[in-house]
Amino acid sequence: MDDLLQEFIAETRETLEALSGEIVAWEANPGDRARLDAIFRFVHTVKGSCGFLDLPRLARLSHAAEDVLAAVRAGERAPDRALVNAVLAVVDRIGELVEAIDAGAGLDDSGEDLLIAALAEGSEEVVQVAAPAAQRAAARSVRLNVDLLDRMMSGMSDMVLARNELSRRLRNAEVDPQVEAALERMSATVADLRDTVTRTRMQKIDALFSALPRMVRDTAASLGKSVTVQIDGAEVELDREMIEVLRDPLVHIIRNSIDHGIESPEDRRAAGKREHGRLSVAARQSGNQIVVEIADDGRGIDTERLIRKLADAGRDERALRSLSERAKHDLVFEPGLSSKDEVSEVSGRGVGMDVVRSAIEQIGGRVDLDSQPGKGLRILIRVPLTLSIIPTIVVAAAGQRFAVPRQAIEEIVSESSDSIRVDRIGSAEVATVRDRRLPLVELADVLGIGGNVCPMHTMLAIVSVGEGSYALRVDDVLDNEELVIKPAAPAIMATGVYAGQTLPDSGRPMLLLDCGGIARDAGLQFVHDVLAEEIEEAAETEAEGVQALVFIDLDGARRAVPLGVVDRIEQVDADAIRHAAGRLRLTIDGRIIPLAARRDIAGAATWSILRLKDGVSEIGYAIAEAADIMTLPAEIVPAGAPGPIAGAVLLDDEPVELLDPHWLFAEHGEDGANSEVAPLCLLTGGEDGWMRTFVQPMLETAGYRVTLDSSASADVVLALDGAAEAHAARAPVVRLRSARGCEGDGSIWRYDRDALLGALASVARGK
Amino acid sequence: MMDRLFLIAHVAGQAVAIGADQVESVVDIGTIVAVPRAGGHVRGLAALRSRVVTVIDTVAALGMTGGQDASRAVITRVDGHHYALLVDALDDVAPFVLQPLASGVPLSEAWQRAGIGLVERDGEPILAIDLTALVPASPAQAA
Repeated sequence: MDDLLQEFIAETRETLEALSGEIVAWEANPGDRARLDAIFRFVHTVKGSCGFLDLPRLARLSHAAEDVLAAVRAGERAPDRALVNAVLAVVDRIGELVEAIDAGAGLDDSGEDLLIAALAEGSEEVVQVAAPAAQRAAARSVRLNVDLLDRMMSGMSDMVLARNELSRRLRNAEVDPQVEAALERMSATVADLRDTVTRTRMQKIDALFSALPRMVRDTAASLGKSVTVQIDGAEVELDREMIEVLRDPLVHIIRNSIDHGIESPEDRRAAGKREHGRLSVAARQSGNQIVVEIADDGRGIDTERLIRKLADAGRDERALRSLSERAKHDLVFEPGLSSKDEVSEVSGRGVGMDVVRSAIEQIGGRVDLDSQPGKGLRILIRVPLTLSIIPTIVVAAAGQRFAVPRQAIEEIVSESSDSIRVDRIGSAEVATVRDRRLPLVELADVLGIGGNVCPMHTMLAIVSVGEGSYALRVDDVLDNEELVIKPAAPAIMATGVYAGQTLPDSGRPMLLLDCGGIARDAGLQFVHDVLAEEIEEAAETEAEGVQALVFIDLDGARRAVPLGVVDRIEQVDADAIRHAAGRLRLTIDGRIIPLAARRDIAGAATWSILRLKDGVSEIGYAIAEAADIMTLPAEIVPAGAPGPIAGAVLLDDEPVELLDPHWLFAEHGEDGANSEVAPLCLLTGGEDGWMRTFVQPMLETAGYRVTLDSSASADVVLALDGAAEAHAARAPVVRLRSARGCEGDGSIWRYDRDALLGALASVARGK
Repeated sequence: MMDRLFLIAHVAGQAVAIGADQVESVVDIGTIVAVPRAGGHVRGLAALRSRVVTVIDTVAALGMTGGQDASRAVITRVDGHHYALLVDALDDVAPFVLQPLASGVPLSEAWQRAGIGLVERDGEPILAIDLTALVPASPAQAA
C-alpha cells in the first residue's frame, strides 16, 4: 500500500506541475474546452485513486470539483469567475494535501467545507488564502524515464554477449588461471547485474491486485451489495510501465462491474441468482500478450439503455439500433456516456470506459467485451508482452531449440515412464497420464520439421491453455531460463505458433512457442463447460455460513468454535503451561497468554492448543485433537445460561456444542484489554447475514465489541427492520431500515454509516 | 534535382541502388536460426549485438529462386522490427540523381513492386529499390 501511495503522490505532483499551465490558461479563457477537460481528468483521476487508497478528504474535494466540472461540461453551468476560482482553490488544496501526506504532516481541514461550498452555484468568490508552504519531504524514490531503463537493459544484453564472446575465446587458448578467476568473477557480477536491471522494469501484477479485495469489499458495502472476489495469476510479471497504465482502467472496470453490473441482493434473488455477486480478476500470459480478465455475474450491458442515452444525446437512434449486437456492446466506450441514470459516488459518471480504452490502446493493448444479458460481463484487457521477462522451459525438436512459457506447462513426463500410455486413435494420438486422457501434439509435426524421433526417448510436456490441456511431444527438455521476450516480425507472428523471439545467453536467437496457437493449429477443440463449473461452485457457496472448527475437547466431547477466531492450532510442550498469578497460563512465542481448559492439564508431554484471537487479545484453549472444519447450520439451540458454551448445533446428525468465544474472552482475556471497556453491541435482524458481513467489521473497526448472541447483555442493540422488539426492554436500541428514504420513524438507513456510528456513540455515551 | 545518397549492392548477380536513409547498417550475418513455417523469404533469425533481426532472403523476395549463401546483409528497420536483407556484395555509397523508370521496361511483378526508379553510374543504369517492399507484411497489413 505504501508503494501505491508513493506512486500516487509522485504522479499527482507531476500532473499538478504539468497542469499549472493549463490552469492559468483556463483562468484566462474559461470557455476553453480542452483545458476544462484536462482539469476534469485530473480531478477524476485523483478521485479514483483516493477511493483506492482510502484518502477520504482528497476524495471529497476531488469529487466535489468533478461534480462542478461535469456540470460545466454538460453546459449546465457557466464557467464564471467565481466557479473558476473555486475549482482552482480546490486543485491547490489537493496539491497541499498531497504534500502533507508525503511529509507525513497533518494539515487541518478547516476551510475545506468552505472550499466545497464555494463550488455551489451563486456562492461568493473564494478568497485565496495564502497557505503556509507545506514542507516537502525528501523523496524516497526516483522516477525514471522508461527509455533510460530500456537503454540500460539493452546495454546489459550487449555486455552479456560480450562476456560470452570473451569466455568462448579464452576457452580456446591457454589461459592463466588468474585470468579465468577474474572472468568468473565478472560473470557472476554480470549475472547479478542483469537480474537487477531486469527487475527494475518488472513487477508482479500482484502490486496491482493486492489492493483489490479491499476495494471490492468497500465498494460493494457502500452500495449495499455483497460481492466475493476471486483473484488468479497474481504472480504474472509485467512491465512496470504496463502495470501503471493498467491501474486506473482496472479500478474503473471493477467499480463499474460492482455498481452497474452486479445487481442488488433483492434483484439477484428475483433473477434466481445467488445473492452474492461474483467477481473474478485473473491475469495470464497468452501468446505474446498478457491478458487481464475481469468477469462478473451481473446483468451484463444494458444495450437498450445505452442506445436510449445516446439517442437522447442527439445520435441517430435508427443507425444505433441497426448495429450488430457486438457493436452495441461497444457503445459503452462512447465518450461522455453514463450507463447508469443516477450518478453515484462509486463509478462516477461513466467517463470510465472511454478513458479505459484509450489508456489501454496507448500501450498497444486492446479491450474486449463479452456481455451475456442477465448473466454477466467479461472484460478482457490484452496488453503486449513487450519486454516482459517470462520464465521458460527450453525444449528441443528436430535439433532446434524452442522456449515454452513455464506458466503454460503443468508437468513434464518422459514418454517411457510406466505411468504414461500413448495410443493411436484413428489419425490422432492420445496420451493417458494418470487417468487423464490428453490429445497429443507432436511439436516437430506442427512446425513441419523432420520428426524422426525414437518414441522411447521423447518427453511429453503437459501444456495447459485457457480451455484445456494437451500433451506436447518434444525430443528433449533442456533447460529452464528466464528470458526477455520481444515480439517477432509480423511474418513470423503470422504463422500463429510463435509468441515472440528472444536472445538467450547463448547468443543464438530462439523462438517462444505460443501453446494456445499450437493447439489451434493442431485442430484441438476443448469443450469448456463453464456452466457446469458455475453450478458446482454455486452449490458450494449456497451452503455458505459460518465455518467452524470441530474438535474433541479434553473431556471427550465434540465441540466446535467459529473458525474466524481461531488463529492457529499448535502443539506445545507441557512445561510451557503453568499455573501462574491465579490462572492457567501458556508461554508461547515469547509471550504469556491465558489458557482455558476443560479439565486439569497433566499427564501428557505435549498438548494441542487452539490459539484464539479477537483482534486485540489472545487466549489459548486446550483440546484433545482437531477433527474437522464444517459449516455451521443456521439453527443454533442457545444454552440456558451464559457460559463457555453458546449453544448446540447439529452437525452430521450429531449434536455438537458450540463454544462462545465472546464469553471465553470476557472470562479469560487479559483485564484492561479493550474488550473490557468497549461497549458491547448486539446485532439482530437481517436473515441473510447482512449484519454479520457488513455491520460487524465496521463496528469492530470503530471500537465496539459485537455479538449476535441475543442472550448476551449488550450495551446497545442494533436492530434491522423492526427486529428490535424482543430486546427493547434491556438495552437502548438503534434501529436500521433496509429501505432508503421513508425517514421519520427514527430509524437510520442501513448504509448511512455516519448516522449509524453517530447514533451508536450517543447511546453508548448516555448509558 | 537533388542528389541523394545511395548504397550500391549486388543482389542476384546485378547491381541495385538502395536509398541510404533506409540503411541502418551493413553487417556480416553469423549463424541463422531457422523459423519453421515462416514464409518463403524469411531465412530465419540472427543475433546482431543484443538485437534479434529477421533475415530476409532478398533473392527470393525478388521472386527468383533463392538459396543464396550470402552472409553480408543490409539492416533496415520497418515498423519497429529490424530486418537483415542478404546481399552478395556491396560496392559503395555515393550521391546519385533518382530518375523515373523508363517506361516499357518489362519488370517482373516482384521487381516492379520494389523498384522506385533508376540511377545512372558511369552510364550504367541501376535499379533503385525500396527495401520495405521486400519485407513480408503481416496478413493484416497486406489486407
